[in-house]
Amino acid sequence: MKVLRFILQKEFRQIFRDKTILAMMFAMPIIQLIILPLAANFEVKNVNVVYVDHDHSSYSQKLINKIGSSGYFQIVATPSSYLKGLEFIEKGEADLILEIPSGFERNLVREGSQKVNIAADAINGTKSNIGYAYLNVVLADFNRDLDIQFKLPKQAPTLSSSLITISSTNWYNPRAEYKYYMVPGILVLLLTLIGGFITALNIVREKEIGTIEQINVTPIQKWQFILGKLIPFWIVGMIVFTVGLTVMYLVYGIFPKGSLAVLYLFAAIYLIALLGMGLLISTFADTQLQAMFIAFFFMMIFMLMSGFFTSTDSMPDWARAISEFTPVTHFIKVVRLIVLKGSGMKEVGKELLYLIIFAIVLNALAIYNYRKTS
Amino acid sequence: MPAVKLRNITKKYGDFVAVDDVSFDVRKGELFGLIGPDGAGKTSIFRILTTLLLAEGGTATVEGHDVVKEFQQIRNKVGYMPGKFSLYQDLTVKENLNFFATIFGTTIDENYDLIKDIYDQIKPFNDRRAGKLSGGMKQKLALCCALIHKPEILFLDEPTTGVDVVSRSEFWQMLAKLKEQNITIVVSTPYMDEAKLCDRIALMQNGKIMSVDEPKNIISSFPKPLFAAKAKNIYKLLKDFRTDKEIESCDAFGEFIHVTLVSDEKEESKVVAIAQKYQTEDLEIKRIEPTIEDSFIRLMREQKSKEVSNGK
Repeated sequence: MKVLRFILQKEFRQIFRDKTILAMMFAMPIIQLIILPLAANFEVKNVNVVYVDHDHSSYSQKLINKIGSSGYFQIVATPSSYLKGLEFIEKGEADLILEIPSGFERNLVREGSQKVNIAADAINGTKSNIGYAYLNVVLADFNRDLDIQFKLPKQAPTLSSSLITISSTNWYNPRAEYKYYMVPGILVLLLTLIGGFITALNIVREKEIGTIEQINVTPIQKWQFILGKLIPFWIVGMIVFTVGLTVMYLVYGIFPKGSLAVLYLFAAIYLIALLGMGLLISTFADTQLQAMFIAFFFMMIFMLMSGFFTSTDSMPDWARAISEFTPVTHFIKVVRLIVLKGSGMKEVGKELLYLIIFAIVLNALAIYNYRKTS
Repeated sequence: MPAVKLRNITKKYGDFVAVDDVSFDVRKGELFGLIGPDGAGKTSIFRILTTLLLAEGGTATVEGHDVVKEFQQIRNKVGYMPGKFSLYQDLTVKENLNFFATIFGTTIDENYDLIKDIYDQIKPFNDRRAGKLSGGMKQKLALCCALIHKPEILFLDEPTTGVDVVSRSEFWQMLAKLKEQNITIVVSTPYMDEAKLCDRIALMQNGKIMSVDEPKNIISSFPKPLFAAKAKNIYKLLKDFRTDKEIESCDAFGEFIHVTLVSDEKEESKVVAIAQKYQTEDLEIKRIEPTIEDSFIRLMREQKSKEVSNGK
């Protein structure tokens, strides 16, 4: 036990001495938490629209005003022809073209229907898709107004009463704000970085510099060495988690709706699982460069498969299976449940079990492999 | 009981045999040198003895403890200084020393007299990080760290490789002092001139031990009279000697060629006569005492011809 204390003392001394790593460990989470949710946003704003109006009527004028005032669109130009509008798309200055044919108002009033043309630049798929959907909504809305104001009085007043209208409510995130979705996820990724990768790099560095040889000829036992590596980063991870929660509260006003104790319990076990993974990586890698690449490989999988960006429910079955086998998936899910929904132990107990299994399996593998290689 | 005992130790890396059936003893309190070029298998032997590496065959004991079964006891008793500097570069001199003292359950003060002579030289840099020390300082710190728990045996793997001449001789003086304190020292080096500073040496080549003896015995067992030859065109002389049937061996040693004859002739005149057959200008020939290096090269050649005659 005394030996372990000296090892811990040494580890902390090294952690606090390496100013770059220290800054990375504490500044990075804060900066990422502040910048990423603001920058990485799926809400599409500022869709640039080119409005080609062949009608020049009061209706087409109304439509352009309606689009412009929705807050999502910017009318960048109103060229006289579709081909000229296409030039804006080619130069990348516009995302959508809305073409109003001549006779727009006349057809609407007389015949009650009129087709318009929407063309979208699909290079930025998300933006064009969502912009296209938004524009459709705006058009539908415009259409409804027309129904009420102009068309209905002329037609039989029986039509609209039978229509089903949908109004939706977003539970747990009423305004469907992206940050509520993003911030807890980023918190999880930060823990993943600290727990999994900095540990791996740290142990591999001892291998690379050769200090592990010097340690190995001393009476220090393997478990002491391993614990000496895991405990400091577990503590650092918990501190970073706390810092992250504080930033989340101060900057975004998000305070976990559920129990903090449950949240910390999950974080603690998640970190143990990730430390095991870091240790496992370090048994495979001989140099920090190798460790980096292995870590990056897993980081990419974690980022893309864990439901951090995209919901795991919309993945194909095989992908969802992979997703289930990454601890990050479970932890992100739990953090969102506790922070946003206020779930308690009863609801997330199963996830806790998963994480405990991950912690045991990863650490057991790491220790088994560590023994084998040395 | 010898301090170190190796019996038929073999270590392979894949197909490559790094240590080939090696057996030798190191006596207590002895300064023992493992001499051989790079790749001879010196470091592998050190790593086996310091319990860092498992041998494929054979047994070895250190202070009577088996290197496989009783590695924990060995780790308490040996000090190891690897060839590559491997202390914590981001800790200071004092912190490194303190760390290694504490994990052995001792303190700097407790064994201060043992490291005093060496530590005094680096004490002014106590608060400097180990990574910022000069090469010689690093080496002294490494030696201090290896000594801090008062080991019974000290393993030094190529401690003088890449160190300047003055520091090298200083280092050997430090070793001599440590020996007085009854610490067994096993040191490896590729420099033949350091061999004579050891009590006994083992000459190694290609994973095999060629000879284990006191340096002076190895020198005196050199079987033939040895001559040094020099001429205006030394390269031509070397080539001429190589083709001559009366010359047994000739090797370039700095500005001289070391020559042995097939016959046991002791007089220089015989060599002069051979050289003059080739119209050598400015010839200079003298009989010399063989060095460890001469013995090494001779043994190496014998080993090779033995392998050839064994049908390898």
